[in-house]
Amino acid sequence: MTPARDPAPNQQMAPGRVLLEASNLTRILPAIVPVTLVQDVSFQVGEAEFVAITGPSGSGKSSLLYLLGLLDRPTSGEVRIDGLPTHALTSAEMAHLRLEKLGFVFQFHFLLPEFTALENVMIPMQRLGKRSPKAQVDHATELLAALGLADFLHRRPEQLSGGQRQRVAVARALANSPALILADEPTGSLDSVSTEQVFESLQDIVTSERTTVVAVTHDLELADRMDRRIHLVDGRVDYDRLRQE
Amino acid sequence: MLLLRIASTHIRNRLRQTIVSTLGVALGVGFSVAMASLMEGSQRDFTATLIDAIPHVEILDEQRAPAEQPASAVYDAVTYHGLRPKEDLRGIRNPTEALASLRDWVNGSMAQRLSGQAVLRYAGQDIGMTLVGVEPKRELNVSKIGEDMRQGAFEDLDTTSNGLVIGDKAAERLGAELGDTVTLTSANSVAKRFKIVGLFHSGITTSDEGLAYAPLKAVQILLEKPDIINSIAIHLNAIGEANEVAARAERQLGYKAVSWEEANEGLMEAFFVRNVIMYTVVGAILVVAGFGIFNIVSTIVHEKARDIAILKSLGFPEGDIQQIFVLEGLVIGILGALAGSALGFSLSSYLASVKFEFTQDVEMTHLPIYFSTLHYVIACLLALFSSGIAGYIPARKAARLNPVDIIRGAT
Repeated sequence: MTPARDPAPNQQMAPGRVLLEASNLTRILPAIVPVTLVQDVSFQVGEAEFVAITGPSGSGKSSLLYLLGLLDRPTSGEVRIDGLPTHALTSAEMAHLRLEKLGFVFQFHFLLPEFTALENVMIPMQRLGKRSPKAQVDHATELLAALGLADFLHRRPEQLSGGQRQRVAVARALANSPALILADEPTGSLDSVSTEQVFESLQDIVTSERTTVVAVTHDLELADRMDRRIHLVDGRVDYDRLRQE
Repeated sequence: MLLLRIASTHIRNRLRQTIVSTLGVALGVGFSVAMASLMEGSQRDFTATLIDAIPHVEILDEQRAPAEQPASAVYDAVTYHGLRPKEDLRGIRNPTEALASLRDWVNGSMAQRLSGQAVLRYAGQDIGMTLVGVEPKRELNVSKIGEDMRQGAFEDLDTTSNGLVIGDKAAERLGAELGDTVTLTSANSVAKRFKIVGLFHSGITTSDEGLAYAPLKAVQILLEKPDIINSIAIHLNAIGEANEVAARAERQLGYKAVSWEEANEGLMEAFFVRNVIMYTVVGAILVVAGFGIFNIVSTIVHEKARDIAILKSLGFPEGDIQQIFVLEGLVIGILGALAGSALGFSLSSYLASVKFEFTQDVEMTHLPIYFSTLHYVIACLLALFSSGIAGYIPARKAARLNPVDIIRGAT
């Protein structure tokens, strides 16, 4: 049975094609005293939107992002990606959907330490197998160059600065040209210069590639520069509003 | 290919542990190959000696089951008291006819024999002997006695009607030499003089001390069994047909026919048990080696939990994650199996080259090693199976790791 979809408080309707849809999402951790991480969250995100998810610590921002990224399953409710309901998908089908349609950027770069920047970016392409080996190298080189890392292709993560690593992670998230990028505090561990570089990279992806970016952040200044802000309190949507010019 | 690359980077990063685990597998494979080569070599050597020494099929002058009593054929239940077999002259009747009927279909050589017990006397000393009456030329086709001759020639029995060939140890005990005349006395106290025309050394002490060959006619006279033989020895061209030939000959002639396998059933069973023990030990060695692999793959899974989360978040399914870690186990297993095969070959070659020098006349002067690809295949397959299982257990755990738990832990 498809769960009912009630609009969230102050919900903004996504313009144009709906790419991501959360309907009455609830996630409760089973324990002696069950912990509610996300409660009855509903919203829609459209193509080429740059959305911030904000909220105080423990408000369920990251938990919501994991549900949206199909890394976790909701206790109830549903996530639709590009119109596809995901509640009945097997873990292998979810993995394939992640590979093809989603890109992740985490607070810490989470690059594979034994591989160079170029190889890290190529890994999702190699797994998907839609590009020839030469095309994979070309595309990965292009992505890294576009993020200002043309001179660091063959460096391992340990030989890169924090900002550079995070930009490699952004390039890796873009490797399979996903429709949606989910970022969990992508600038959380960076200095102000690197923060600005990574933020601009994400913003550029939205404008030039028409890729949707949903980013969890505690940096309200950055959140205010994004198209839309969904604020959570205690796992519920407190407000969902467009950027005020 | 990508998964193999990820797997190989993991094990390369744990080089020391990888080398130790690989060595564990290599030692297991190497020693098992060397042990199998030695065991099969000794088994083949022993079997070859045994088969050479005895006929492949021997037809004896006895029945496999006692003849059915007439009353049993009439009544369902019969009890006999004080039953005694009737006195009968033992032996295979009409041996010429029996041999002719066998020659029609048996693919091999045949020789008739008459064996019996006799006492050999020389210079006042007596030795109990098993005396075998043979047709020398035919006997040479069914046994390796010709190769065992140390002095004289076995064929001389053909030209010397009272010729005798005895073991060198018997001659030594008696102090008799080639050309000496000895006396043989049968159980019926018939005595006859024989001339020693040859000495043999088979390496089997009981034969060298207590077996003598003489012309068939002379033995028939001594044992008072004219025109009678008590066994037909068959040497087959294809040794594997022994059981089949024995069964058919028994059906055809009505006499008990024993194949070399039946005659040495206990020994064959002992070899089988020995092989089971050997492969159990080999399996145990490789299980121990498997624990080494399990240890290293488990450590890598623990260390690489974050990488597992990354790969899962990128869209690698559980099957891929499992494959990566199973591959790690298998890569170690393959490396170990290759190194172990080389080690096994070196060990076997070394053992084969070791020579023993004895002051006494001993047949074996080196270890009997048998080189067989099958030993390598079995040991390598066992190693791969063991390493596959050792990799699979932690791999299953890795595949089930929840990426959210790991990402939360890292942040």
